[in-house]
Amino acid sequence: MNRRLSLFNVTSLVVGFAFLYLPILLLVVYSFNASRLVTVWGGFSTQWYGALFRNQALMEAAWVTLRIALLSATLATVLGTLAALALTRYGRFPGRTLFTGMVYAPMVMPEVITGLSLLLFFVAIDLDRGFWTITLAHTTLTMCFVTVVVQSRLMTFDRSLEEAAMDLGAPPLRTFFSVTLPLIAPSIVAGFLLAFTLSMDDLVIASFNAGPGATTLPIKIYSQVRLGLSPEVNAASAILIGIVTLGVISATLLSKHSVLRSRR
Amino acid sequence: MMERTLTRRLTAGLVPTVPYLWLGVLFLVPFLIVLKISLSDPAVAQPPYKPVFEWSDIAGFFSGLDLENFELLTQDDLYFRATLSSVRIAAISTLLLLLVGFPIAYGMARAPERSRSLLVALVILPFWTSFLIRIYAWVAILKPEGLLTQALMELGLISEPLDILNTETAVYIGIVYAYLPFMVLPLYATLEKMDDTLLEAALDLGSTPWRSFWTITVPLAMPGIIAGSLLGFIPAVGEFVIPDLLGGSETLMIGRQLWSEFFSNRDWPLASAVAILLLIVLVMPIVIYRDVEARRLEARP
Repeated sequence: MNRRLSLFNVTSLVVGFAFLYLPILLLVVYSFNASRLVTVWGGFSTQWYGALFRNQALMEAAWVTLRIALLSATLATVLGTLAALALTRYGRFPGRTLFTGMVYAPMVMPEVITGLSLLLFFVAIDLDRGFWTITLAHTTLTMCFVTVVVQSRLMTFDRSLEEAAMDLGAPPLRTFFSVTLPLIAPSIVAGFLLAFTLSMDDLVIASFNAGPGATTLPIKIYSQVRLGLSPEVNAASAILIGIVTLGVISATLLSKHSVLRSRR
Repeated sequence: MMERTLTRRLTAGLVPTVPYLWLGVLFLVPFLIVLKISLSDPAVAQPPYKPVFEWSDIAGFFSGLDLENFELLTQDDLYFRATLSSVRIAAISTLLLLLVGFPIAYGMARAPERSRSLLVALVILPFWTSFLIRIYAWVAILKPEGLLTQALMELGLISEPLDILNTETAVYIGIVYAYLPFMVLPLYATLEKMDDTLLEAALDLGSTPWRSFWTITVPLAMPGIIAGSLLGFIPAVGEFVIPDLLGGSETLMIGRQLWSEFFSNRDWPLASAVAILLLIVLVMPIVIYRDVEARRLEARP
């Protein structure tokens, strides 16, 4: 099929991608601004990065956020993969409709409701708000995203491979670990990364469930932004953007590599 | 042998049970608690509501429940206005998303095949960077002496600083910016599959490009239009961060109202009632979305 790009197509692509990327680009450029006035360019400087690393409170919040994200993404990956298997390999088990509903609802539920309901639950069972409540809350939200990602992979791959292994006498658990798991591994990694980013990024649910001693980076950034723009926040944002960009690029290269290897 | 099949059954049974229990305890139960507390009375205590559930006092528990909070919601028209304004802002944003997203998705679908996966990756990439940071970036652009004003003044297009930050316009810009990938991707997925010969046939038969766009492209792209619109509309109604950072104090939105009832007024029962109200507003779009998605998944080979 020979499709030709018209001038209109090219213009809309250029303008569209400029709209998507300019704000992020400006933020990164202005994080190297020497001036304390965030929107006035005063020459190149890396001073805000230095100030950022000396900012004890911000660094501590970053550390808490990273630990919560790692832990909750790991839990969410295990739970989400199990849920995806249940939805694709278990046929009509009792309560399946409710289960599907519970998997999809948190993804479309406004964050303010999820945050509030989990907080009220933690108060009701007398669990102190802090590191663990945020971790549990994030696991609950992000496992649903992992489920959808892994489920779509489970639905598209060739079932006959599993059947062949079973026919040759492999028990279900062994079939899972030596056939199914390697095949769905890229989607599990993608699910983990998605869960990790969602947790790192979340402000609303974390705000409801945070307690004294457990402040996450988004909560910290949000409270600083409310007081006005700060060059340190610019620097912190630029670092986060850098990490994400590197992560996405390496994940893309990794999956390209595995596709090439499997084709050989 | 007997024993092995038993262990096997038990391990197999664990697969649905573990995530089922997790979601039941941490999603369903909390939700029921919100429902319960929305029917309770506020109290000056920690936690600031009553009654606390006691098995020994079931009768007292039920008699303590009433619709007082919901009556309060109907008496003060603040919540009614917040609901209306949330739906209005979300609807206008969805329309803007379609206007902005359609040309981009269309351009992507017509791009050479080898560059398409790169374009898709470029649409997804901003979604991976922090939502909060992406909204924060717009504060620096939109504020009165911000980058947009500087650029436009430099070009001589305006002489007075633009005052967009803390207005509803800024909220629209923020929502369109934040949810653009959600709109573009489903649109692209349907447009990419479209058969170009249909358009050629229409042109050969004497139809104008404009007319073939409305009679062929739009109807064929409808599943993508519906999915993208709902994916933008649903989160926009309950949005908190965007109206809070970019909107003014007069930008009423229900998610923001819930936040302030909870954090500023510390009225947990009323906040719960607002949550139920928000959910009622969203039930219809969510059900439609589930339906559309289920049909889309079934249609896949």
